[in-house]
Amino acid sequence: MKENILDVDNLHVSFKTRNGEITAVKGVSFSLKKGETLAIVGESGSGKSVTAKSIMRLLPKHSAVIPQGEIKFEGQDLLELSLKDMQQVRGSKISMVFQDPMTSLNPTMKIGKQIMEGLKKHQTLTKSEARQRALEMLELVGIPNAKKRLDAYPHQFSGGMRQRVVIAMALACIPQVLIADEPTTALDVTIQAQILQLMKNLQEKMDTAIVLITHDLGVVANMADKVAVMYAGEVVEYGTLDEIFYETQHPYTLGLLGSMPNLNAKRSEPLIPIPGSPPDLATLGTGCPFAARCPYTMAVCHDYHPRKTELSESHSVLCWLQDSRTPENHAPETVGSAQR
Amino acid sequence: MKKNEDLLVINDLKKHFKINKKDTLKAVDGISFTIKKGETLGLVGESGCGKSTVGRTISQIYEPTSGEILFEHEDVHGKFSKAEVKQKKRDIQMIFQDPYSSLNPRLTVMEIISEGLVIHTPDASVKEREQQVNELLELVGLNKSHSGRYPHEFSGGQRQRIGIARALAVNPQFIVADEPIAALDVSIQAQIVNLLKTLQEEKELTYLFIAHDLSMVKYISDRIAVMYLGRIVELTDSENLYENPMHPYSEALLSAIPLPDPKMERSRVQILLKGDVPSPIDIPSGCRFHTRCPRAMDICSKLDPAFVERQPGHFVACHLHDEEVMAAEKNEWGSVSV
Repeated sequence: MKENILDVDNLHVSFKTRNGEITAVKGVSFSLKKGETLAIVGESGSGKSVTAKSIMRLLPKHSAVIPQGEIKFEGQDLLELSLKDMQQVRGSKISMVFQDPMTSLNPTMKIGKQIMEGLKKHQTLTKSEARQRALEMLELVGIPNAKKRLDAYPHQFSGGMRQRVVIAMALACIPQVLIADEPTTALDVTIQAQILQLMKNLQEKMDTAIVLITHDLGVVANMADKVAVMYAGEVVEYGTLDEIFYETQHPYTLGLLGSMPNLNAKRSEPLIPIPGSPPDLATLGTGCPFAARCPYTMAVCHDYHPRKTELSESHSVLCWLQDSRTPENHAPETVGSAQR
Repeated sequence: MKKNEDLLVINDLKKHFKINKKDTLKAVDGISFTIKKGETLGLVGESGCGKSTVGRTISQIYEPTSGEILFEHEDVHGKFSKAEVKQKKRDIQMIFQDPYSSLNPRLTVMEIISEGLVIHTPDASVKEREQQVNELLELVGLNKSHSGRYPHEFSGGQRQRIGIARALAVNPQFIVADEPIAALDVSIQAQIVNLLKTLQEEKELTYLFIAHDLSMVKYISDRIAVMYLGRIVELTDSENLYENPMHPYSEALLSAIPLPDPKMERSRVQILLKGDVPSPIDIPSGCRFHTRCPRAMDICSKLDPAFVERQPGHFVACHLHDEEVMAAEKNEWGSVSV
């Protein structure tokens, strides 16, 4: 058994706003082993990017507060590190790839220099060694004519190529954890397929653990070992890839799967959308935040927040349907089975 | 006009943009298709393939460089009196991709939706107009208490519903929907697709549905056209495209969609295309796809394949399905091996 490399435990994040404090992440816990991929799935506003940014300690200092929780990396709580120590971790042991490859590169700097920046900071390399390493990285991520391209500017690359450069930059110091926040959302499908394949190949070579943040369940099925489904700041279902897709428990996960088109389905089968829209985090009540949109709501859901139910060692769900106190006949047939 | 008659006929449409003295960007470079009354045609392709330009040229935002767009047998870009132009613009409406930038932030929902009504039915009283807007809001799944609010008070999905209500306000026959769901969350996408389908049945609308997401397109389209670098490379029934894609580009596009099913993801073989889409300023010779095509032959870089009906209702532009070309290729190959 490999040891856990990253352990997030009961993480809470709130933001101070003019209308009072808003809790964007509420008690998120997950763990990650070497070489493993964890996908965090959820809609906009579910708190998935905030979770990622708190691991990197990239949240805005003046407005974000982390009142509770631990983020353990190699046994050390990242939240307790000084800013200087955190800089040693960021970019070298844990690095991040963002959604938009244009805004995450400096437009006025040659890409070779941008890749070397991190290398020079974190490793004792001379300039020419760093340049050599940057060249190797560009070749590794499949940039043709890499030697010449070291001296090109970001605007001279296409979207897919830019994302390759960003990945090269993130992996240059061979980090143990790579956080990828919607890395392929801005790309076309054929380019997305290339980038996902590249990430998988590099992960095998470097044994990097990946936290993949996405809203696309297709990408999840392609990449992940474990999945955390987030809704309104909470992990509502957590399990292995097969548990999430074939033994789905939470009505929200079921809803997400049902609203995804299935290529093999006939056209006449209608899509089953989740009614309504995600809740406003500022006005959440005491009950389950999904209750208003849930097709299986019971009276208890509106007033009391569900407790986490462990279904197996790896599979847990935050829903009243699976609670031991709920009479059994309440769970609808579709829950807990492969729907399709 | 009755159902199943050709509502829109596009003949050899071209739209070129002059960039500087030397270069022209050939966004749309000779495409032809028809859309029947009550039908939905899906138009898919990667970014930069010209799909939005087609939509905008049909909605008269752009003037075509050449070719014609016949709507109810009349060229929409022809010479008409002011009243006729007004009617034509009314018949073709558009829904945009970005529900944030396509609504004026300084207008209330009432003002946004009634803008078209003010122009096209100037005789109606304010009360009648309000009544109409309220009906429209209910039609798209909002309620009339929303009419006094501003766009920023709504979520992305709700804004897209406002955009749809605005398009429907003037009773159009034909709607160009340019990536109407691309900016929305998955659970909301399905809501909007279902709404568009219901509205189509109720109001006998005809859609051109532009998208890059092949999986959603199937649910709404009767037929699908696949575009690559300014040309349509394949056009057929939507289910047939998924079961029997004939163009290697359509095959690759379909195989690149990540499926929300881990078992299928593990077992299937993906066709990975090499490189990026070439620039529409400097289009490759012969078949435009030959630089990335996994099945390219010698002839592909020399001869531009014609867009031909290879099976009933199934159009494709590829040499692989041209028996004459394939026979010649075989002979050449045969003579080399002997």
